[in-house]
Amino acid sequence: MPIHRRPSWHIPDREATPEHLYISRRSLMAAGGAALAATPLASPAAAGTDVTALSALRSRRTRSLKEALTPLAAVASYNNFYEFGLDKGDPARNAHTLRPSPWTLAIGGMVARPLTLDVDRLIARLPLEERVYRLRCVEGWSMVIPWIGVPLSAVLSEAQPLGSARFVRFTTLADRAQMPGLASPVLDWPYREGLRIDEAMHPLTLLAVGLYGRVLPNQNGAPVRVVVPWKYGFKSAKSIVRIDLVGNQPLTSWVQAAPREYGFYSNVNPNVPHPRWSQARERRIGEIRRRDTQMFNGYGEEVAALYRGMDLTRFF
Amino acid sequence: MAHRLEPLGPWLRPAAHLFMAVPLAFLAFAWAELLLWDPHSLRITAEPVAYTHNALGKMALKALLLALAVTPVRRLTGWGRVMTVRRTLGLWAFFYALVHLVAFLWLDLDLRLDELLSETLERPFILAGMLAFLAMLPLALTSTNAAIRRLGARRWRALHRLAYLAAVAGAVHFVLRVKGWQAEPLVYAAILLVLLGVRLPRLIRRRAAAASA
Repeated sequence: MPIHRRPSWHIPDREATPEHLYISRRSLMAAGGAALAATPLASPAAAGTDVTALSALRSRRTRSLKEALTPLAAVASYNNFYEFGLDKGDPARNAHTLRPSPWTLAIGGMVARPLTLDVDRLIARLPLEERVYRLRCVEGWSMVIPWIGVPLSAVLSEAQPLGSARFVRFTTLADRAQMPGLASPVLDWPYREGLRIDEAMHPLTLLAVGLYGRVLPNQNGAPVRVVVPWKYGFKSAKSIVRIDLVGNQPLTSWVQAAPREYGFYSNVNPNVPHPRWSQARERRIGEIRRRDTQMFNGYGEEVAALYRGMDLTRFF
Repeated sequence: MAHRLEPLGPWLRPAAHLFMAVPLAFLAFAWAELLLWDPHSLRITAEPVAYTHNALGKMALKALLLALAVTPVRRLTGWGRVMTVRRTLGLWAFFYALVHLVAFLWLDLDLRLDELLSETLERPFILAGMLAFLAMLPLALTSTNAAIRRLGARRWRALHRLAYLAAVAGAVHFVLRVKGWQAEPLVYAAILLVLLGVRLPRLIRRRAAAASA
């Protein structure tokens, strides 16, 4: 007899995405028609940062949260994406130059079947899920975001990782023509991030292609990014072009820039302060008073076992 | 003979006040908007508290750097009257720093003084900021003409050299706060270095004169 074990966060189909959260398909098409009539040559680049102009994505909500969503206007206007500038408002202002389509995502390294994926086709064929996750930035602010994507493990498995692969390295786009912020030497470009393979294959780790019912705005890492909700936000690399399975812990951009301040693990941990500021509390965007930060950003029940026996002060 | 810049004289202080007051008025308006009629306004970003801390701190630093630029400008142009804005700018620097500190204490620390103490002792960037504020406090308190008379010009001048400490600590505070080596705080630090650097030749000459006397 087959046994279906449901994860703790499972909810049935009938509780899928509440319609009112999204622009309905009908009004979107009407708006699209109107836009088409008004500006027959509307540039796709302009649509990349304007959230009202992004195409809708169908998905099934598989994970909710009893916390208020951060408004889309805030999610799409307050970003750390240094490739488009250091100010939080810079990505929304500057990322219109990013061309998220066509986009190729390569999966290689220690795999039996290297893949070169067309991201538009990938989005069309994947069984997209909507998951509401907390996002906690290392700077001490947080949001609650309804992401759309698939477990990263589903896509990695297609490439058949070898048994010798122990880590995953993400390489993101670094194109000076599209990203004005690359002129700044604040980090070593391209931006690289990484996970241990068990973290990458964990069911919470999402390969995201959208948020709030539509494709990702450019400033949020279009067209494809990773979301690791129990780690500080910078671990969730944006606009990924390559995923490599590797044998040794990869050197990530932030570890390279300041190894004492930004560790490879960077799990959300209120008990381990950043060398320059406390991580005990955070400000949820839209609130004025700060709230307590939760261990593993509130995902401890699902991920704490990954770090059993590890000194989290040392492996911060 | 009147200096060629003298026609600007009457405008100096009103211009300094206007320049320093406009950012404060903008912040006050944005907060009124958020709290009274549009809680979803993004005028001062989705994180208005961080924006406010940043804006207040940068205005304090700008005012302090401008105050430190007054004397070099006088030496360069020979225009004595420019000195009349030094106190204005210094007091604005103190005022912005005070509001900056109160906002931090209130919005980030829930007015808990014990947390302010532990943050100051544990975090070098907070320590630098507190040093800058504490260095400016006696200067603001002795900013009146009566205080200058009471202290005597020589002692008053010696005390007010704390402005240099305040500026250095303030610039360090900003450099230490940001993630990685960013350009903006380094620009402030570079301007401060220039303002300190232009004072060096004179300082060296006076030391040499004092030694040979």
